[in-house]
Amino acid sequence: MISSETAPRSRTRSLLARLEGPQTMGRGPAFWVAATVAVAAAAAYPLMADAWTVGNAAYFLIWTFMAMGLGVVWGYAGALSFGQTAFFGLAGYAYGVITLNLGAAYGLTLLALVLAVAIGGLFALVIGYFMFYGRIQGVFIGIVTLSVTLVLETFMAQTAGPQWRIGEARLNGFNGMSGMPPLTLPWFGGDIVLYPGPSLYYLLLGLVVICYLGLRIMLNSPFGNVLVAIRENPHRVGMLGYDVRLYQMLAFGIGGAFAALSGALYTAWGQYITPSSMGLTSAALPIVWVAVGGRRDITATLIGTLIVLAGFQTLTIYGSQYALVVMGALLLVTVLAAPEGLIVAAMTLMGRVFRGSKR
Amino acid sequence: MALFQSVFAMLYQFGDTFAFLVISCAGLAVIFGMMGVINLAHGEFIMCGAYVTASAARAGLPLPLAILTGALVAGAVGMVVERLVIRHLYHRPLDSIIATWGISLIATQGVLIVLGSTMQGVGTPLGSIDVGGRSYSLYRLVLMACALGLLGGLYMLFYHSRFGVIARATIQKPQMANALGVNTGRMYGLTFGLGAALAGLAGGLYAPTMTMVPTMGATFIVESFVTVVVGGADIFVGAAPAAAILALIKAGLTAWYGQLFGQIGLLVTVILVIRILPGGLSGWLKGTTR
Repeated sequence: MISSETAPRSRTRSLLARLEGPQTMGRGPAFWVAATVAVAAAAAYPLMADAWTVGNAAYFLIWTFMAMGLGVVWGYAGALSFGQTAFFGLAGYAYGVITLNLGAAYGLTLLALVLAVAIGGLFALVIGYFMFYGRIQGVFIGIVTLSVTLVLETFMAQTAGPQWRIGEARLNGFNGMSGMPPLTLPWFGGDIVLYPGPSLYYLLLGLVVICYLGLRIMLNSPFGNVLVAIRENPHRVGMLGYDVRLYQMLAFGIGGAFAALSGALYTAWGQYITPSSMGLTSAALPIVWVAVGGRRDITATLIGTLIVLAGFQTLTIYGSQYALVVMGALLLVTVLAAPEGLIVAAMTLMGRVFRGSKR
Repeated sequence: MALFQSVFAMLYQFGDTFAFLVISCAGLAVIFGMMGVINLAHGEFIMCGAYVTASAARAGLPLPLAILTGALVAGAVGMVVERLVIRHLYHRPLDSIIATWGISLIATQGVLIVLGSTMQGVGTPLGSIDVGGRSYSLYRLVLMACALGLLGGLYMLFYHSRFGVIARATIQKPQMANALGVNTGRMYGLTFGLGAALAGLAGGLYAPTMTMVPTMGATFIVESFVTVVVGGADIFVGAAPAAAILALIKAGLTAWYGQLFGQIGLLVTVILVIRILPGGLSGWLKGTTR
């Protein structure tokens, strides 16, 4: 008998229990202590670094959402999407258009953020509907999503004239939109404007932790298990009575919404968005982060993305033109030598060393 | 006379788009149809062909020979890539996409570093003809003939030659073909090389009409992928009619609404086609004739 008083608590407990499970690596006190230390170190970071570096670290955090979304779509649901940047760019533009029209007062920028994410997620659902209900699979998903993002780029690049405006907001063609307000939190005695710096960094860090834990719960839930089952054998899942198309479409929508979150936050961070954020090179980068880190585990995806981003920026400082060559080479080496991803390989190795077991 | 003039303009527009789609997707379609590998470095093989063609032409080689050189060099590069990378990924199609994308990144950026952001091209040869007061590029008409010739040539190669029989056998039942003494590894290499050479040919043929930049492959990518998706896995049953239908849609939309709507029209067509005909045109045509 479950009394009405304990029911919510047991539900919370069962949700929390799903933080660990078969679909995510890392369990037990050791892992959670390490994770807490990592978050604490990340939280202490602004105390030791100057504002510019912290703003730059915030920039890294922005991209992790898109990477985690791609991890869900590609690593867990097995649908390789090349077009996450389409949702990224769409949401970036949506944030710009909405904030330029509504202004930044009363926390309206947060509303714009939510709306932008919703628009990106809905667009992903629509594309997902046509793809998955058309039962296309495998490599075709990659081609269609890539075409979507490239066509969106072309479309945005030609919106140069004054006739291309939505309300107050000029789309500005190839040069992109700029001048939209950063995120603002309504607060007693004046709004807090989140310019790139410690305040934005803490907001993003919090968001990353929430999204990461939320995704862990989702992936270990029945929904996540079905996604993994679809990746392994869609026919068998269909035979067991699940609507494969629906699950894939939902996963794709979630992935799109995460990419959209990155896009809207990116626009708020840099206060600009350009069509090239949806171009071929931009579309390649999330694939590199996720593939190199390890796509089949959300933790590996997160860590891998941050490492690759930091490495990419370091490379860019020393020789910007070689950075993309190195990225391409990294992608090749990963696919040929460690198809599960370098971080996953390292984590498996570490687990083996600590446990001392041969598995 | 005015009627003839506008009909000719429409036909020219249609033929131009059709030729572009057929020529640019042939290499991709061969590699995908025969091997199930989506070659995201397709655009870079095209770029390779175009660069070699332009350099050869400026070194004094006559243009047709220069184009041939471009195709051969791209084909050779393709066989090297197949041997080094693609060979290890036949049983992992998704990973082969990723790997070819890595190659594409390296190639685009590498060419940018080595050869700079632009290269001097060759002018469009053959001049133009006048039809009813408007001038049309003669070279574009040659390209249309090339597209038809290409389709015919590929048909002959795959259905009426020893290479074609062995290639199709290798694709359909690799173990069986191997048991009958076919060197399947070499066939895969040759097929990939052929696809790369066709991409190089596309680059060579369009080199005189384009600006030479390292990212020029990207101009071909959307159109050729779209054609392959709409066409499905078979080049002849699928890609050729797909190119015709898409050319009709694109030429019509471009004529009435402009370049951009042509491209958006293509995308919408693709999304609708995959919803209605998941196997592409070739899957549908084969399904109805069976």
